[in-house]
Amino acid sequence: MMANPISRLIMTLGLVLGVMLAAPAAQAQVNPTQQSVNEGALLEALGSGGNVAGRITIPDESAGYLIKPDNKLWAALQGDTLHQISIWAVIGMVALLTLFYVLRGKIRVDGGLSGRKILRFNTIERFAHWTLASTFIILALSGLNLIIGKTVILPLLGEAAFGTLSAWGKIAHNYLAWPFMVALVMVLLLWVVHNIPNRLDLEWLKQGGGLVKKGVHPPAKKFNAGQKIIFWAVIAGGAALSYTGVMLLFPAEAGTPADWQFFQTIHALTAAVLSAIIIAHIYIGSVGMEGAFDAMGTGEVDENWAKEHHSLWVEEVKGSKASKGRTQPAE
Amino acid sequence: MARMKFLCDADRCIECNACVTACKNEHEVPWGINRRRVVTINDGLPGERSVSMACMHCTDAPCAAVCPVSCFYTTDDGVVLHNKDTCIGCGYCAYACPFGAPQYPQTANFGTRGKMDKCTYCSGGPEPDMSQAEYVKYGSNRLAEGKLPLCAEMCSTKSLLAGDGDIIAEIYRERVITRGYGSGAWGWRTAYGETVTV
Repeated sequence: MMANPISRLIMTLGLVLGVMLAAPAAQAQVNPTQQSVNEGALLEALGSGGNVAGRITIPDESAGYLIKPDNKLWAALQGDTLHQISIWAVIGMVALLTLFYVLRGKIRVDGGLSGRKILRFNTIERFAHWTLASTFIILALSGLNLIIGKTVILPLLGEAAFGTLSAWGKIAHNYLAWPFMVALVMVLLLWVVHNIPNRLDLEWLKQGGGLVKKGVHPPAKKFNAGQKIIFWAVIAGGAALSYTGVMLLFPAEAGTPADWQFFQTIHALTAAVLSAIIIAHIYIGSVGMEGAFDAMGTGEVDENWAKEHHSLWVEEVKGSKASKGRTQPAE
Repeated sequence: MARMKFLCDADRCIECNACVTACKNEHEVPWGINRRRVVTINDGLPGERSVSMACMHCTDAPCAAVCPVSCFYTTDDGVVLHNKDTCIGCGYCAYACPFGAPQYPQTANFGTRGKMDKCTYCSGGPEPDMSQAEYVKYGSNRLAEGKLPLCAEMCSTKSLLAGDGDIIAEIYRERVITRGYGSGAWGWRTAYGETVTV
């Protein structure tokens, strides 16, 4: 009976002693406060494009990304490289066309105007073309403003007016993108059958499309190889612009900042290239060639123009008209 | 002139989110926008740390470099501010920011982004200091009143420091030397290209 309290006391003492001895030893091994994540180590461990991220208590999950160091890399590309490319694409093409105009002049109809007209593009085709064209021009100008506006227009207008202009430009860009996409699909459906590349195109390209030399007119159907190049550039470029543009309109659905930067870069590069191509297209469809504008203006072209630039197409049209009009001879 | 910076001593942050709440209240920040937030790294693991983060007011700020309408400007105190009258809400600054600072209220139809909103270091915008117009767009201008940002001023553990970069770096350095450890000046390397070495 006596041994019990004594043994209990010894046990308690031993336990206290044990804890006292063990505590410093455990502390020497691990200091829970000292052991912590370290910013420097986390940053060094990051691969390219990596983020320092953690848990967040607000609903916006993207706020959990604490530091995204590589986000800064895009600044130089966007603020400088794309700026340069866009300017040189536009200025370069304008310079090239000016040079071409000086050397070659306006391409005339060699045989002179006949006065007889052939329907080249019907109302639906012209509607699709001009919807695409007018929205593209506003989209291109409002987009170009975002790239070069701050160096070109801002000094002219001042910050307040430039801000208002750019805000309207952004609204136009956001909303006109939709009719642009509708017209792009229309143009694709209307003209894709006429734009399948074939052997005639090689010959057309070999002869430089008759652009360089006077009096040279390689045969072509409804669309020649040059127009096919424009067509596919517009379809491919327009599709790329549409896809990246929609992603930029709805960034929450598009992904992370790295994705947004990628889409913006593709969007800007495609826009620069396509703008240059379209400037050339506008040139040849207006001041560059006599009789060309009528095709999209009234829809009816001069017969001599058509014979020179789309000889096989004229034969097709005349042939079908003739066969329709022909009556079966009596037996 | 001072070069204003934030420094979050994560070894002191207890993730109380008072800085977040104080900021929202002081500036009457719109719904859905957090100019400041607290992120917990390695949550639930030994050595987890919480970091309070807002706009770091970078040197050579990438948001300013990508802004298509040049609406950003840096004050004499090194604070990066923006003009909401010029801002078109394109979102580029949010693409470029390493800290997720720029945010956009949903103001128009189809979820169109409104004018960007971010931490102003409690120093308003381009309007006259402490004017009503400035308050409506950017919140209060404590710097003009001779005060530091509220988030740091009311931090109960003095984890979040605001003030001249050299001074707060020195305070942090002393703390690290005294207690023998520190998880680093979060974001400094990315924002200023330098960190606080002890």
